[in-house]
Amino acid sequence: MENFNNAEYEHIPAEKFAFVQDSDKIHDIELQTKARSFFADAMIRFSKNKSSVVAAWILLFLILFSFISPLLSPYGIKDTDKLYVNYPPFLEWAADLGIEALSGAKTFDSQNDTAMNFWRGIAEETGRNPVIKTIGTHETEVKYRGQMVKRYTYDIKVNAYYALGVVYRVFSYDEFKKIQDWQNEHGIQIIYPYVEPADISGITDNANIWYKVDAKGSAILDKDGNLQPVYSKRAEIAGAEYNSLRIEGDDGSYIYSMAKSGSVQCRIDYYNYYRYIFGHKPQYVFGTNSMGMDLFGAIGIGARFSLVFAVIVSAINLTIGAIYGSVQGYYGGRVDMILDRIADILYGVPFIVVTTLFQYHLARKVGVVPSFLFAYVMVGWLGMAALTRKQFYRFKSQEFVMAARTLGASDRRLMFKHIFPNAIGTIITSCALVIPGVISSETSMTYLGIVDLSSFAGTTIGTLLSQGNAAATTAPHAMLWPSVFLGLLMICFNLFGNGLRDAFNPTTRGVED
Amino acid sequence: MLKYVIKRILYMILVFLIITLMCFVLVRMLPLPTLPPEDSHTKVVMMRREALGYNEPYLVQFWIFLKNVITKFDWGLSEKLYFGQDVWTIFRQKLPATMIVNLYSIILSIPFGIALGILAALKKNSWVDYTISTLTMVVISVPSFVYAFIIQYVFCFKLKWFPFLMKSGTDWFSPAMFRSMIPPVMALSFGVIAQFTRTTRAELTEVLTSEFMLLARTKGLTKAQATIRHALRNCFIVIVPSIFGEFIGILGGSLIIEKIFAIPGVGGLTLNAINGLDYNIYMLSTCFYTIVSLSASLVVDISMGFIDPRIRMGSRK
Repeated sequence: MENFNNAEYEHIPAEKFAFVQDSDKIHDIELQTKARSFFADAMIRFSKNKSSVVAAWILLFLILFSFISPLLSPYGIKDTDKLYVNYPPFLEWAADLGIEALSGAKTFDSQNDTAMNFWRGIAEETGRNPVIKTIGTHETEVKYRGQMVKRYTYDIKVNAYYALGVVYRVFSYDEFKKIQDWQNEHGIQIIYPYVEPADISGITDNANIWYKVDAKGSAILDKDGNLQPVYSKRAEIAGAEYNSLRIEGDDGSYIYSMAKSGSVQCRIDYYNYYRYIFGHKPQYVFGTNSMGMDLFGAIGIGARFSLVFAVIVSAINLTIGAIYGSVQGYYGGRVDMILDRIADILYGVPFIVVTTLFQYHLARKVGVVPSFLFAYVMVGWLGMAALTRKQFYRFKSQEFVMAARTLGASDRRLMFKHIFPNAIGTIITSCALVIPGVISSETSMTYLGIVDLSSFAGTTIGTLLSQGNAAATTAPHAMLWPSVFLGLLMICFNLFGNGLRDAFNPTTRGVED
Repeated sequence: MLKYVIKRILYMILVFLIITLMCFVLVRMLPLPTLPPEDSHTKVVMMRREALGYNEPYLVQFWIFLKNVITKFDWGLSEKLYFGQDVWTIFRQKLPATMIVNLYSIILSIPFGIALGILAALKKNSWVDYTISTLTMVVISVPSFVYAFIIQYVFCFKLKWFPFLMKSGTDWFSPAMFRSMIPPVMALSFGVIAQFTRTTRAELTEVLTSEFMLLARTKGLTKAQATIRHALRNCFIVIVPSIFGEFIGILGGSLIIEKIFAIPGVGGLTLNAINGLDYNIYMLSTCFYTIVSLSASLVVDISMGFIDPRIRMGSRK
C-alpha cells in the first residue's frame, strides 16, 4: 500500500469515486467451508494412502471371515474325523464340476497295474471313481520269463476321499441294526458284503480288496478282463441278520458281517458311513488337518480368539501404560527414576520366561487363558508407558500447562485433562501396531506349545500351524491356509497401523507429496 | 566414557541379579518333581538337594545358588530330562549349534541388508525402492515360522536342494553340515535383513537430503563419493549399534527356527525343559536369555556412545 503514489490518481475527479459498501457494517464473513476436526482431517489423509486403505478393507474381510467361517462350517471344533486326516480341500459339487483345487486331489506317482486295478476295484464297488485323471504315463521294458515285455506305470491324481473306499469296522448289534435302518430309509449303501481273508490271499489289512488276487495282491482278471468278486457266502460265519440293501449281483447269499466276540465286523463304505455319522457329505473347503479338523472353521475359531484376546490385551496395556507413563512423565525426578528402574527390570525378563512362570504357577488355579493374560499385563505395557512418558516430557513444560496450574488445576486434572489429550493421537495409533504384536507373540507361544489354549479356545492359529507343520510335506495345505491367513492379517494390520500413524502425525499435516 | 561404561555394566549386573532372584524364587516355589525310586542317580539328586538348601528359606537358597554358580559354575543337576547329569555340561553341548547358525545368519544379513537399504534410499520413489520397501514390510510383518515353512517346503522338499532337517552330529564346519544349515540360516536372516534394510533406508534418505550433502556436491564430489564418504558414515551411527543389537537379539529369537529345523541348540533344550518341567535347565536357560537381552541393550547403548560423541557428552550429566 505504501507504494501507491497519490499523485497518480489526482487527475481522477472526486465524484467518480463511489463507496464499495455503504449500507452494511463491514464485518468478518462467516467461513463458507466447514471446519475440519482433527479426526476428520486424519481420515482424509488416511484415505489418500492407497495401500493402507486396501489393507483396511482386507483386514475387515479377514475379521469378518474369522467370525463368520465357524458359522458357515458345518463342523464344530470337536467334530474331528479319525480317517479323513490331512486330506486336501474337497467339495463334492466342485469335484463333479472338475474344479481340481477343491476335488480332494492327491498325486500318486508310478502306479503299476496292481495299483490301477486297486483303484478300479474301489470305483466298481462303491460306484465313485477315485481316479480324477492321469497326468503321465511311463513305459518301461522289463524281462519277463525270457521275453522283453512293455510295462506301463501311470502318474495319477486321486480323490483322497473316494480313495479311502471301504474300511473294516466293528459294531455292536444295536449299531449294526441302526445302520441298516438308516440304509433302508435313505437308500444309500454303507455295509458291503464281507470278504474272507482266506479268499484274497490272506490280506487282512486292506478292506478294499473284494476281488480275486494272487499272492502279491494283484488282481486276477477273468478272460473278459473283469475283476472277479470273491464275496463270502458262508452263512455260518455271519455275525448278525441283515435285512437291508444288497449290492448288485447279489442273489441273497452274500453275508454282510462276520461274528466277532459279541459284536460284528463288517466292511463299510467310509464315505457313506461319514454321511450316516455327520448327516451330510464331507465338505472341507480348506481340507482337514492332522487332527481331522475342518480347517475352514478352525482358522476362524483360532483367529477369532487371537483377535479378541489381542484387543483385550491392548486395551489393558494401554490403560496401565498410559497411567504409569503419565505418573512417570508428570512427576519426573525421583518418582520417574524409581518407576523407570522397575520398568527396566521387567523389560529385561524375556517374554517366554514370564509366560512359562505364569503358566507354572497360575494355570491350574485360574486357568490357562487368564494366566496367559497376566503374563501380557505384566510386561506388555512397558512400551506404552515409555511412549506416554516421552509425550509428557514434551508437553508438561509448555505454557498452557503453566496457565492451567496457575488457575489452580489439580495434578490429576493437569495430567489427564490437559496433557494427556495432546498425547492421545500418538498413543492410539501405536495401539494399532500393538495388536499385531500381541497376535504374533501369542501365535508363537501357542505354536511352540508353551501355552495350550485348545481347551478354552478350541484351537488357535499357532496350534493349527504346529499341527500343520507335523505333516508339512504330505499335506502342505494344512500349513498353507493358516499361514496365508496369519501372514495377510499381520501385513494388513501393520500397513493399516502405519497408515494410521502417518495420518495422525501432525508433522505430516498439509504436506502433500 | 569409561565411567559411563562401568556404570552401565554394574547397573546391568544389578538388574540381572534382581531378575534372577525373582525367577529363582518363583521356580523354587513350584512343587519338586518326584524322582524315580529305583534309579541310582536318585540318591545323588537327593543329596544335592540337601546341599543346595531346599529346606532353607528362599534367600539362603539363592545365596547358595549364586555361590555355586560364581565359584564353581555349578548350575545343579538335571532332575527330569537328562536325569542326574550336570546341567551346564548339557547346555554347553547345545550352545555351538545355536551360536554357529546365528553367526552365519548375521554374516549373511549385514551386507545384504545394508546394500538393499542403500539401493532403496538412492533410488527413492522408483520401482526399485517400492519393491524393496514392500518386501521389507512383508518380511517384517509375517512371523518367522511362516516363511520358515515356505523355505522348508520349496527348497528342501520340492527342489530338494537342502536336507529337510539340520544334520545331527558335532562336525560343525563340515560341508554337509554347512549345507544343512542353509535353510535355518535363511529363515533367520530374512527378518534381520529386512530390519537392516529398513533402518538403512530410513537413515540414508534423511542424511541424503541434509545440507552438508549439497555442500559436498557443490565442492565437486561425485554422487558416489559424497554418498560413501559423507552420507554413509553418518548412517552408521545408527546402523552399527543395531548390528550388535541384532546379533544378540536373534539368539533369543531363534527358538522357533530351532524347533522347525530340529537344530540341536539351546532353544530346543529350553522348550524341552519347559514342557518336561526340568527346573534346573529352565533356570539356566532363563539366565542365558536374560543375559542375552540385557547385553543387547547394553551393547547398543555403549556402542552408540562410542560412535556418536553427542551421546557420550550427554552421559556426563
